[in-house]
Amino acid sequence: MARLELKNLNKTFSPKVIPVKDVSLTVEDGEFLTLLGPSGCGKSTVLRMIAGLEEPTRGQIRLGGEDITFRRPGDRNMAMVFQSYALYPHMTVSENLASGLKLKNIPRAEIKQRVAEVAQLLGLEELLNRKPGQMSGGQRQRVAVGRALVRQAQVFLLDEPLSNLDALLRERVRADLKQIFATQKAPVVYVTHDQTEAMTLSSKVAVLNNGYVQQLAPPDRIYSHPANLFVAGFVGSPQMNLLTLPCRGRYALLGDFQIPLLDIPTVPPQIVLGIRPENVRIAQPEDEHIIQGRVFLVEHLGMHNLVSVRVNSSHSEPQTVRALLPTDQVWSNEEITLALPPQSIHWFDVESGDSLVGRQRVETMS
Amino acid sequence: MFNTKTIRGREQRTAWILIVPALLMLLFVFGYPILRAFWLSLFTQNLGTRLQPVFSGFDNYSRMAGDGRFWQSFWVTIIFTVSSVVLELILGLAIALILNQKFFGRGLVRTSAIIPWALPTALIGLAWAWIFNDQFGIVNDILLRLGIINTGINWLGDPTLAMFAVIFADVWKTTPFISILLLAGLQSISPDLYEAHSIDGATPWQNFRQITLPLLLPQILIAMLFRFAQAFGVFDLIQVMTGGGPGGATEVVSLYIYSTVMRYLDFGYGAALVVVTFLLLILAVAIASLLLNKLRARTSGTT
Amino acid sequence: MTATPEVVSTTPRQAGGAKIPWRKILTTIAVILVVIFCLAPVMWQVLTSFKVNEDIAAVPTVYFPTRYTLDHYIELFVRRPFWRYILNSAFVSIVSTALALTLGAPASYALARLRPWGGKVILAGILIVTLFPGILLFIGLLEIIQQLGWGNNYLALIVPYTAINLPLTILVLRSFFEQLPKDLEDSARVDGYNTFQMLWQILLPMTLPALVTTGILTFIFAWNEFIFALTFITREELKTIPVAAAQLGGASVFEIPYGPIAAATVLGTLPLVLLVLFFQRKIVQGLTAGAVKG
Repeated sequence: MARLELKNLNKTFSPKVIPVKDVSLTVEDGEFLTLLGPSGCGKSTVLRMIAGLEEPTRGQIRLGGEDITFRRPGDRNMAMVFQSYALYPHMTVSENLASGLKLKNIPRAEIKQRVAEVAQLLGLEELLNRKPGQMSGGQRQRVAVGRALVRQAQVFLLDEPLSNLDALLRERVRADLKQIFATQKAPVVYVTHDQTEAMTLSSKVAVLNNGYVQQLAPPDRIYSHPANLFVAGFVGSPQMNLLTLPCRGRYALLGDFQIPLLDIPTVPPQIVLGIRPENVRIAQPEDEHIIQGRVFLVEHLGMHNLVSVRVNSSHSEPQTVRALLPTDQVWSNEEITLALPPQSIHWFDVESGDSLVGRQRVETMS
Repeated sequence: MFNTKTIRGREQRTAWILIVPALLMLLFVFGYPILRAFWLSLFTQNLGTRLQPVFSGFDNYSRMAGDGRFWQSFWVTIIFTVSSVVLELILGLAIALILNQKFFGRGLVRTSAIIPWALPTALIGLAWAWIFNDQFGIVNDILLRLGIINTGINWLGDPTLAMFAVIFADVWKTTPFISILLLAGLQSISPDLYEAHSIDGATPWQNFRQITLPLLLPQILIAMLFRFAQAFGVFDLIQVMTGGGPGGATEVVSLYIYSTVMRYLDFGYGAALVVVTFLLLILAVAIASLLLNKLRARTSGTT
Repeated sequence: MTATPEVVSTTPRQAGGAKIPWRKILTTIAVILVVIFCLAPVMWQVLTSFKVNEDIAAVPTVYFPTRYTLDHYIELFVRRPFWRYILNSAFVSIVSTALALTLGAPASYALARLRPWGGKVILAGILIVTLFPGILLFIGLLEIIQQLGWGNNYLALIVPYTAINLPLTILVLRSFFEQLPKDLEDSARVDGYNTFQMLWQILLPMTLPALVTTGILTFIFAWNEFIFALTFITREELKTIPVAAAQLGGASVFEIPYGPIAAATVLGTLPLVLLVLFFQRKIVQGLTAGAVKG
């Protein structure tokens, strides 16, 4: 068990590999770090560099203080679960589980014991003599996880391990994974593009885009205090309302309505206002920041309705605000008055996209 | 040579360890003999020099320019190659189109269509020599029975007919190779294309001209390239069927090279003949692959 | 018109079901013609090999002989060391096939996956080399064989056959390796396999079908090879079938033993006919992979 550190990792000029520009991260023992980002953001490349399957152009990977940047993958004592599971098709489940241990010349008795333990933990006892071809997707996924666990590795790496499962199964396996890795002491690095997985599983999330870490923080903080426009837009569903508004004095203008700015040193000509649809509600008489507009689209999402409102505006192009409203709430005449609670509003710089509120500075670790 | 400190460096070293045995084997059997032929072609080494190599510069090449037998064998080769490749292509395409239909026993028919390709050419040459036999051959018998001829034809004894016979045998032997390649190409064409085109009102012939042929072109060119090279170097079939006769009418370049070396023991001149044949082949391959690349670049946009 | 793609038949036809199915009839005729074209010459040789000498030399030709004989076959084995020829062919073909696979499989893996420097050049070289006819090599090889004293030695055939089969082996296997999921190799690396262990323990079992495909092709090529066998082997008991059959002669120049020649042809082709019957799909697969993917 050891801490895993990535220092200024860079991978460029390799035609078949998605580039990584500059990634620095630390994962401590017992931490579950998720690399979250859209496809093409470089998250898998980072994982593969940790595993030793790709070589960084620049930067360093340290494990327990030791530089392992150029060490052979097999000598790093890491275990990895692949999206396609990558089970050896000609080996039975127990042979698959034992394969890595055999290479390390671990005594036969111990291999047997460890395989049995893992099989029991994951409920694979019945399957031990089957080959991957004779199993369902869910079973194969468990074997893949088992093959990683049995290694008792210093780091666990998981590359989108749930994305080949159907939606129902995925939810169950996600819960299982959380339990399993809660008992492991080694650092876990998990790659996904699915924010639900990132939110539910991790103790820490690194949002990646374009080969850079956009924000590194616990999941709740990523959600409540997105460090920049990218994170704000990527995390959360339905997507956060992000509106570019002109500023006048201490106010931003949303259609015909004025939204007071928080204290920022200099008021820029334009600013981006962000507010999650679930934070927008029907205005009560005592609400201060209200906007009015016309409903033009209602999408039923089960528990809520996602209501798209065109904000009344006499002089500029009308802006659209989406609100997640309880289904029992009614409004009259398609005209609606909404409240934007000040504590839920995020402000972003138009140019850099960075969050403008001091306590929400980018929290990348050095 | 390899930076074994890096992952990539070690990978490179492993790659070369894996490749080198095969590469050495290839260099030993392909590389050395070709280079050796270039070297030998600058020497005279025959019975006149008591089989000792004597440097003679480009003598062998100037001798070649005035060597009527060489030029004749060259033309024979060209005629043989062009006619057999063209015939094979037409026939091979037709067979591929037939085998691409749905019919009872298709698997079995496809199997029998491969058989000619798989059989030893030398033995097939024997079979065809027997079929074209002047006294007891089945070809003469059929033609006599049909009343097309009155007396048996000496197929392998007449220059033109002997050429026809070896071309026919070669076409029979190698058409399956082309059919296999083209059939694979046909099967990779999406049926949707034909359906869409037919809905647009295309006739089967238009379908063939506007969809099948253009999409099959890469396979056709590859098959042609392979076949061209093989036909250009044909040896066993002709050696067994006619031995180059009658009177050199079917003596292709490889037969000429073979007898220059093995019968007249003229190694230097034989090597020069090898060099020229080699260069001609390389030239043809270069042109063909240039065409192929152009074509691939053009069709890759549409597929 | 028989030669139009099958999908055309699925397009709507005019109403009225009582039309004569021209398409079907023509297809059937075409198929029959193809079968006759491909098999008739072989069948004729088979028939000849079982005819008695008088029927072979009968004019007009006897198509349905009343007498059959095994004499020509017996003659091959009694008066000639035909078992030797078959064994020689089999031995040389099998050994060179095994060698071509042993040398070719690792090289093709490296070319497919490890992206070696100069890999593209090697590949281009291999592609060109597949087009070289044997005649270009035989002078140089003849010298090598004389130098090494390999004349009338199996090595004189095994080594060249291995080499001439290597390009095809590498091209076919490379295209198979490229189709394998890369995750498996990555997984094996993380598990601690080095490249050699991975090749042997993980990839080879998975490429077994491809090895069989390639092996069949190389076996066919080795079995059929003529010019090297003709040139490098002169001792009777080392000859391979194609050469031995081509050199069957009678007691005199005028007496050509048509019957034994036919019988030899049948014996020499039989193993390959069987291979084709059992492995038709694999042969087609291998040939297209070797040619088209390259």
